[in-house]
Amino acid sequence: MENRRQFASLIGPPSLYLFLLFLLPVGLMFVYSFRAGITGPAHDVFTLDNYRSFLTNSHFHRLFWRSALISLTISVISSLLAYPLAYYLVFQAGRNRVTLMTLLIIPAWTSYLLRIFAWKLILGSSGLLNSLLLSLGVIEKASPMLIYSRSAVIVTLVYVWVPFVALPIFAALGRIDRNLLEAAADLGCKPWEAFLRVTLPLSLPGVAAGFFFAFIPTLGEFVTPLLVGGASGQMYGNLIQDQFMRALNWPMGSVMSLAMLVAVITLVFILTRLASVSDLGGVYE
Amino acid sequence: MNKHKIFSPGSIYFLLMCVLLYLPILLLIIFSFNDSTRLVFPLKGFTLQWYGKLYENRELLKALGNSLMIGFGSSLIATILGTMGAIAIVRFKLPGRSVFLAVSALPLVIPYVIFGVSLLILFNEVGIRLSAFAAGLAHVIISIPYALLIISSRLVGFPDNLEEAAMDLGASYWGALLKVTIPICSPALLAAFLLCFTISFDEYAIASFIVGTDATLPVYLFSQLRFPTRLPMVVALAAVLMIVTMAVMLFTEWLRRVGQSPAKKG
Repeated sequence: MENRRQFASLIGPPSLYLFLLFLLPVGLMFVYSFRAGITGPAHDVFTLDNYRSFLTNSHFHRLFWRSALISLTISVISSLLAYPLAYYLVFQAGRNRVTLMTLLIIPAWTSYLLRIFAWKLILGSSGLLNSLLLSLGVIEKASPMLIYSRSAVIVTLVYVWVPFVALPIFAALGRIDRNLLEAAADLGCKPWEAFLRVTLPLSLPGVAAGFFFAFIPTLGEFVTPLLVGGASGQMYGNLIQDQFMRALNWPMGSVMSLAMLVAVITLVFILTRLASVSDLGGVYE
Repeated sequence: MNKHKIFSPGSIYFLLMCVLLYLPILLLIIFSFNDSTRLVFPLKGFTLQWYGKLYENRELLKALGNSLMIGFGSSLIATILGTMGAIAIVRFKLPGRSVFLAVSALPLVIPYVIFGVSLLILFNEVGIRLSAFAAGLAHVIISIPYALLIISSRLVGFPDNLEEAAMDLGASYWGALLKVTIPICSPALLAAFLLCFTISFDEYAIASFIVGTDATLPVYLFSQLRFPTRLPMVVALAAVLMIVTMAVMLFTEWLRRVGQSPAKKG
């Protein structure tokens, strides 16, 4: 009994805070998704129209799938770039591996907004990359193609996420029992065979964790598209932001946010099935 | 076993990626000293004038004040709530534990745009004015999971019989927490505080929805991007922030490692 009281008084305040400023707002958003409007009499009219127009509006769907595709591209490229990094650190870097991993992750600790901002300067049409190529004589005319495009969003976000994707892969590779690789060699496996049949399969939970590490947050991105995306680089998050800040159609925005919330929570659920929890904690190992 | 060659395909690839990862940051720093209003190669010459302009900019100083204030407030609250939550989930295996863990970890994965708009709805509904204070309230939520992780991994690292010993010697449960548990966790508490502070200090997405007219530093910085003439000053500001956050995070990481290896500290 004493135990329970102590537990309750410890867990009470943080639970209350989480309830009031996290669960309650999401619940209110659910209520808003049924409202006909946010001012005047429409505020108190409840309807399913928002859901109906969300389901039938092909513009929303296009943007939703386009965002998903952008996130998918970012996560695939990040995983492909991160895997050799993690592999090198675990199997070839020897005793320095943790120091080198830290070296890799330090830039990712600095301001997220500023790293994106840096890419805006690099890719800009009168920006660093263009002016560098011009002054080296590689190109004759500044190319406006570098910024305000889908590729600019992808390049920038791959830059942001590669170190984070490398972490869980690093953790998964580090746990592989080296005896298994020796056994494979003793049984006549060539190194690449051993890699394909032992190392790679055993590291897949880490790859899955890394993949979702990048996929889930980029799905909700709206700042990077604002800075470097231009019209063709817009993502679903920008649509939500628009509904709240410009179109002032909060009920519609609520429906769109809830759709994304459901998608994200489903993905997280799949992730917790695919990868071990200790891989997810890779950031803190 | 592989020999550790200095130049192998792996190490060259690693080096290349490191250069790529540091290059954008380095460019920001280099161009903050460039004597030109345009951010293009070739470099024009060395100047400190952009840093000088930072000092004179009152709007910026006000935004800095807002950011420091909500950073301090939100990380203090997040650290306190995180400590309570961490003790509860590490020391007690009671029902409610796993629900709490799941709910408190959710802010790690939910897109910030959703937090931003749902809090916009909440504050509108209950009549809290959009302000830096409102953004501070929001930052507590996104900081709690990090505080929980850091502090609970420290708590796992030492046995609870230290608390029991204190209670055998006459301390009350809360007395034992205050006199034994909290001091042992202090490096982790400081690490949690600093990490939460960095998170709040850097946070743009949620703040952009709910700060109203009290711009925080990231919100201010973002708003300045529309004015090409102010770009060099923004770059100088960015360079300062980069270096400060990097230093704070390095110190935090060091603290966290100290806090996690009780063996070293006896």
